[in-house]
Amino acid sequence: MKKDVLLCGVGGQGTVLASKLIAAAAMAEGNTVHSAETIGMAQRGGSVTSHIRIGEEIGSPLIPFGQADIMIAFEPAEAVRNLGYLKPDGIVIVNTVPVRPTTESLHPTGYDGVEMVEYLKKKATCITVNANELCAPLGSSKFFNVAVLGVLAASGRLDIDGETVKKEIMKRVPERFVESNLKAFEIGGTYACN
Amino acid sequence: MSREYVMGNGAIALGALVAGVNVVAGYPGTPSSEIIETISKYPHEGVHLEWSVNEKAAMEVAAAAAYSGARVLVTMKQVGLNVAADPLMSLAYVGVKGGMVIVSADDPGPISSQTEQDTRAFAEFCRIPVFDPASPEEAYQMIGDAFEYSEKYKTPVLFRPTTRVCHAYASIDVADHYEAKKYEGFVKDSSRWVIFPRLSLTNHKMIEARNPEIGKDFSGYRYNSSNHATSQKAVFASGVSYAYVYEFLKDYPEVKLVKIGTPYPFPEDFVRKELEGVREVLCVEELSPYVENQLYRLFGLHHLDVKIFGKRSGHVPGAGENSADSVARILTEYLGLENKKSAMDLSDAPTIPVRPPVLCAGCPHRASFYAVKQAMKGQKAYFCGDIGCYTLGNAMPLDMVDTCLCMGAGITMAQGFHWVDKEAKTFAFVGDSTFFASGMTGVVNALYNGADMTLCVLDNSTTAMTGHQPHPGTGRNMMGNIVDKIDIVKVLEGMGVARIHVVDPLKLEEAVAAVRECAKTPGVKAIIFKSPCVAITKPAGKACINDSCINCKKCINEIGCPALIIENDKVAIDPALCTGCGLCSRICPVGAIESTKSSGNSSKGGR
Ligand code: SF4
Ligand code: SF4
Repeated sequence: MKKDVLLCGVGGQGTVLASKLIAAAAMAEGNTVHSAETIGMAQRGGSVTSHIRIGEEIGSPLIPFGQADIMIAFEPAEAVRNLGYLKPDGIVIVNTVPVRPTTESLHPTGYDGVEMVEYLKKKATCITVNANELCAPLGSSKFFNVAVLGVLAASGRLDIDGETVKKEIMKRVPERFVESNLKAFEIGGTYACN
Repeated sequence: MSREYVMGNGAIALGALVAGVNVVAGYPGTPSSEIIETISKYPHEGVHLEWSVNEKAAMEVAAAAAYSGARVLVTMKQVGLNVAADPLMSLAYVGVKGGMVIVSADDPGPISSQTEQDTRAFAEFCRIPVFDPASPEEAYQMIGDAFEYSEKYKTPVLFRPTTRVCHAYASIDVADHYEAKKYEGFVKDSSRWVIFPRLSLTNHKMIEARNPEIGKDFSGYRYNSSNHATSQKAVFASGVSYAYVYEFLKDYPEVKLVKIGTPYPFPEDFVRKELEGVREVLCVEELSPYVENQLYRLFGLHHLDVKIFGKRSGHVPGAGENSADSVARILTEYLGLENKKSAMDLSDAPTIPVRPPVLCAGCPHRASFYAVKQAMKGQKAYFCGDIGCYTLGNAMPLDMVDTCLCMGAGITMAQGFHWVDKEAKTFAFVGDSTFFASGMTGVVNALYNGADMTLCVLDNSTTAMTGHQPHPGTGRNMMGNIVDKIDIVKVLEGMGVARIHVVDPLKLEEAVAAVRECAKTPGVKAIIFKSPCVAITKPAGKACINDSCINCKKCINEIGCPALIIENDKVAIDPALCTGCGLCSRICPVGAIESTKSSGNSSKGGR
């Protein structure tokens, strides 16, 4: 398999765990994987990305523009910010719930994500997910990072077995959170079907 | 063999373990911090591992071990190399017995640094070899080579990955069994280990004769490589830029691509051979035009008629980082190719909100800055910041960092401001880790020279910015030992700081009173703002806004906590972010913000 997956969001949303799980699952199925993360200052509420590159013969740790098969956006404006990475026939899975920058409270511009989602729909094939609704049964939208992997698996766009992802969740998530994360993954899967 | 999926920094760590490293010392700094953390997570019997108090200390600890024949690894970010420059410059003359590899991670962009300095140029300045890996896989192999070369030439060597190599992940096959090297121990010999002007002269001569030899040796080194194409236009690349060029040129195998894995001493013989038949060269690299300059030198020396394109010609940007895309554009132009990839046209995109990093919700630094701001309202004061999360105290609405230069500089700069403006009150904000790394001497300087200043130590009991490393004040070290905490108050008392307050910044009134008192008192005063980093402690609870809120937005406009948001034109609190620190409730003029204590079982899941 050769696939480029871009995750983007805001520092603190848990993109790093999501990217580790995708990479680990792809590897468990015998693929060669490379990935790259934003680490440092940006983790304090700034824009963050993870680039996952599945397949042999890859040079750059970052996905070149116009080449991502899948973009998983944890935030609508971040999706638009990174849209240039997407292939023209790529797919965007996007959380429609905006994270307003702190500057927005100080100097409101009225940013609410709606315009972003509309723009995304105009430009690319989108699966829109409302993280608050999706994660309501879990009690915290912090589980979106794993729930969205359920959406991804159900979309059929990434050739990885859901069971493999579950196994990696069991391996990589601290024990006391395994159960809730497995539930998050399943909820994501059914959400996508509805 | 076991296959491990690790970050570039992890690959460096594992490579060093497999090479039999005995002593590892460093100071945290993005993008280098995970090297030491990885070593601590893998078996490392017989290896001494430490977070040193700063980079200079790390370099010196390691140097003595290397004099004794041990293999040593020193880690830091590029600006840390400036701190360690003093021992390193001399060490280059003295040399080592056991292999000594100094990892100095460069940060093109810069993404999390003050400078875009280039460790390759630093290596030449020190007259010692430097290795430049292009990927995590290569870093894993190269680190072992670096130890070999270091021992072969009895010299410390530099190893410089960049952020995109440090933070890229790849699968590495790691040997299951490795052990720390057996070493001879220190053999006394003052003619070798004591640096005197005479020894320096002798060794300098030796070094200048040796380096061209190393360059010859490097000409056969496996990571100085070429695709052996025969085009008249060639591309030279180094570091992660090579990876970008490689990926683009996969569709154009007829273009000659040369990788420079050891920029200094430059592998001249190898390069001259590769240049046969070449009429034009494009250098793709980050930071300084290092390889490019080496080529100019070489072409001048040998009167070669080859055109060079790169940073000097404006083909490659002189600052900032390269990317797969910028490199694709550069190569398309240089090779005269058709612009084939049609990326999406996003010119009609709505305006994307900017998202500067901010202090976390509930961060105690916010409260500390706010307390000082309140206390000094209406008075002339200078606020000197330092390196750490708390540099973010510069952002609106706090606006409490007037200067930030380098580690520890806030303390000494506060004194400088005092000497040129005695009317103003000067404050220095320094984190606990930075205080130990390079703040203490500054306090001595203030006392000795009779300056007037208030030192504000933002003590959150960790090194938060770089990922929560322990330091001398935390009572834990990297060998897993519980050690005596070094008490900042006692340190300051011992130095002779007469006025020392220890306050909880979240008790705003007390904190403000302490600041007021210090501002009135002449001399050197200190306030320790003590409250743990929210990223490593359970939230105290949650705040919520009741109906008495008059929507005046004072809370937002005064402290800018990211948990304070506007929802349907009303001020609200985002429960997912709020930690219940209570600062906002002390600011609200009508007492509309109530805090609830958490029941203890907060769900902090997902990560
Ligand atoms: S209590 Fe107030 S200041 Fe503290 S984290 Fe919550 S909203 Fe922010
Ligand atoms: S300061 Fe108090 S009254 Fe003013 S907006 Fe904030 S919560 Fe409401």
